[in-house]
Amino acid sequence: MNLDAKIPAGPLADKWSNCKAHLKLVNPANRRKYHVIVVGSGLAGGAAAASLGEMGFNVSCFCYQDSPRRAHSIAAQGGINAAKNYQNDGDSVYRLFYDTIKGGDFRAREANVYRLAEVSGNIIDQAVASGVPFAREYGGLLDNRSFGGAQVSRTFYARGQTGQQLLLGAYSALSRQIGLGTVKMYSRHEMLDLVLVDGHAKGIVTRNMIDGEIKAWNADCVVVCTGGYGNVFFLSTNAQGCNVTAAYRCYKRGAGFANPCFTQIHPTCIPVHGDQQSKLTLMSESLRNDGRVWAPKTRELAQKILKGELKPGDIAEADRDYYLERKYPSFGNLAPRDISSRAAKEACDDKRGIAPGSGLGVYLDFRDAINRLGEDKIRERYGNLFDMYECITGENPYKTPMMIFPAVHYTMGGLWVDYNLQSTIPGLFVGGEANFSDHGANRLGASALMQGLADGYFVLPATIPDYLASCGLGGAPSIDRPEFKAVKDQVEERTKKLLAIKGDLSPRSLHQELGHIMWEKCGMARTKESLTEAIGEIKVLREKFWKRVRVVGEGESLNPELERAGRVADFLEFAEIMCRDALVREESCGGHFRSEHQTEDGEAMRDDAHFAHVAVWEYQGDDKEPIRHQEELKYEEVKLATRSYK
Amino acid sequence: MSSEEKTLNLTIRVWRQKTRLARGEFKEYKVSNISTGSSFLEMIDILNEQLVAQNEEPIAFDHDCREGICGTCSMTINGLPHGPLQGVTTCQLHMRHFKDGETITIEPWRAKPFPVIKDLVVDRTAFERITQAGGFISIRTGSAIDANIIPIPKPVADRAMDAAECIGCGACVAACPNAAAMLYVGAKVSHFNSLPQGKAEKDRRTVAMVETMDSEGFGNCTNYGECQAVCPKGITLDFIAQLNRDYATAKIKGFFKSTGKKKAGAK
Repeated sequence: MNLDAKIPAGPLADKWSNCKAHLKLVNPANRRKYHVIVVGSGLAGGAAAASLGEMGFNVSCFCYQDSPRRAHSIAAQGGINAAKNYQNDGDSVYRLFYDTIKGGDFRAREANVYRLAEVSGNIIDQAVASGVPFAREYGGLLDNRSFGGAQVSRTFYARGQTGQQLLLGAYSALSRQIGLGTVKMYSRHEMLDLVLVDGHAKGIVTRNMIDGEIKAWNADCVVVCTGGYGNVFFLSTNAQGCNVTAAYRCYKRGAGFANPCFTQIHPTCIPVHGDQQSKLTLMSESLRNDGRVWAPKTRELAQKILKGELKPGDIAEADRDYYLERKYPSFGNLAPRDISSRAAKEACDDKRGIAPGSGLGVYLDFRDAINRLGEDKIRERYGNLFDMYECITGENPYKTPMMIFPAVHYTMGGLWVDYNLQSTIPGLFVGGEANFSDHGANRLGASALMQGLADGYFVLPATIPDYLASCGLGGAPSIDRPEFKAVKDQVEERTKKLLAIKGDLSPRSLHQELGHIMWEKCGMARTKESLTEAIGEIKVLREKFWKRVRVVGEGESLNPELERAGRVADFLEFAEIMCRDALVREESCGGHFRSEHQTEDGEAMRDDAHFAHVAVWEYQGDDKEPIRHQEELKYEEVKLATRSYK
Repeated sequence: MSSEEKTLNLTIRVWRQKTRLARGEFKEYKVSNISTGSSFLEMIDILNEQLVAQNEEPIAFDHDCREGICGTCSMTINGLPHGPLQGVTTCQLHMRHFKDGETITIEPWRAKPFPVIKDLVVDRTAFERITQAGGFISIRTGSAIDANIIPIPKPVADRAMDAAECIGCGACVAACPNAAAMLYVGAKVSHFNSLPQGKAEKDRRTVAMVETMDSEGFGNCTNYGECQAVCPKGITLDFIAQLNRDYATAKIKGFFKSTGKKKAGAK
């Protein structure tokens, strides 16, 4: 497997300019002769499709939702980072770069992360120009707030709906191109496979979710921006439809999958409630600007709360353990996500958790902020989040502290890409959460929106023409070539197979079973033993799935059961690679915590001598074990250091 | 999660329709032991698992983020789009708002421009075409000026944000006796027209979006106000007023506008 990252020459700060100066271009009159398929319409896919369409390329964009505006980028709440230094608090491109690479526990590529920081300012300009109503100060200038893992205020926000507003910005640009005819939009279409012609990605196969038609599409190149795979855990903060299928199908066609075990567990979600729950809801990290996280100091007090004998307000100040402030005084409640999540787990493992039933929860308390600033100020800052909390839990967070617990939120792993965001398959580009490139082993808050838009607005529109120019003007391979029919036949056959099993277990129940295995054995803390067990259990579950799944309904109409069954089938294969990746990585870094590798006070212990690399998995066949390759991470600018937020 | 949690037994009366052209009908199902802490959609998940166990096709319904922001979920519950609770989408409605033994009636959005695809799933692509006609600011990627060059007074930015909160779910259309989309279009138009960046295309945008809205078959606003009452994001009728004002201004300007050239064919 060729893992040449194609990092441009020159000093770190000049790499992106050097790269752009040498990328090949396509002349404006020739652009419409190239057909580009973009799969996914979130920040990365939507922005890329709009930008490529506007440049004059002939673009087709696919999404499984009923409208491109509904991609899950929309749910991001807190904000987007950018090194504008509007606050004059010492921010710079270099500092954003450094914070991001440190936040990722030194497992990301320097050059990619620097570029991300470099274009971050342009993203804000672009968003404002397209009408994104970011929060402003009374003087009319843009407002900022702080986010985890940073000591500057560089996060731009639009109330608690930043993702929504940025997505609507990209969506409006996309809609304009659809109206102009440069982009053709296919909503309610799910990508089910990738077509290779002579080793290059030249098309996809989709299922029309309304009438079930399975169809092959040809193009000059394929761009996959299909998000992350957090739903492998069944319960996560992802939307119900988020899945790994498009990315996993690319992997099965030969694209390397990088660092699949790097999963972000977000510290502030509403705790799990019973066994009927379908998803977990995030409470934005921005709340930690004013909220203080605590658990009772003793198990006895926690017990009394669980029994209903005490209310949180009854706990005296001296009996509260503000554990983030205690353990990480310089970052306090704004410690990065992986660290905050583990600290919450630690408190609950110590039986000091306070959520009714399981005990799995700690407090996020606004009492002090409300006393200091008044309820109105807090309402202005977080009103919609407080409303959402009350709506779900039936409790008023202005009066009683929120209860929170970590939940699966984001996946840093993804398809391997080089500096140009091209995968190991020529012609297959990957953007946004679907690739692995910028966040290392842990993503900092407010960086996902930044990366999605950096890829979509600025990187892909620059690097894709370079590939297209090298293809020449021959056009996309004919749809009549046997490669298209072969893949289409395989997809049809698989669909028929799923429908024909007619077993006794619903796809949902099997998904739930998988989620349970993953959360218990490949979740916040992993051990050699738990991962080995998980691999065995996943294999058994996979066999059970293919013997006993029941898909009601037919293939030729809208059939959510069939959609789910296909996605769960892929999760069942993918989960095993995640566990294998976690098993081989004998170190703790970022969101990947191997209990065997920790310091005396429970902090993650990295092993730079053996694991300062990207692990890239190559598919070998259904009954063969995949091969693990390595891309060494070379740090020229940054010195590898033990990450400290103390 | 609150300590006073109970379970409910309910009768669900739901619209079943196999395809767009098939004849639909209400069907009744029983569900039991639904926790009051479950969301409405989780209740339907449970009912669907029950149907799968009986080898019956589950109820098709649109849903995705389940946190009230994507705008996908779309059900009329006991006659009200998104159900009895004000200011929330169906996915944020929890079962604690229902009584044990109750019969709950669930229908799809009912409006001519939103044809039923299956059961509770409707086709809302008419909204897409309205946006494609003018719901944007025409700028090119990469050519934007610095974000702080144009100061925007906070009240202006806040008002644009109020309008921009629309999630495009279509509840306003479903609630309106005229199936009008004025709240949706009003919100879109007001968001862009309020901002200095959006002023350049104000008239063109307004006219194009209104014309598309009409040609898609949405009705006109006759001030029922049902849209505002059901909007999960609290979009208010003010934005319809702004739409009317901007539309009238654009039309009048168009009427008096001199192109500075002789019209083709004029003597």
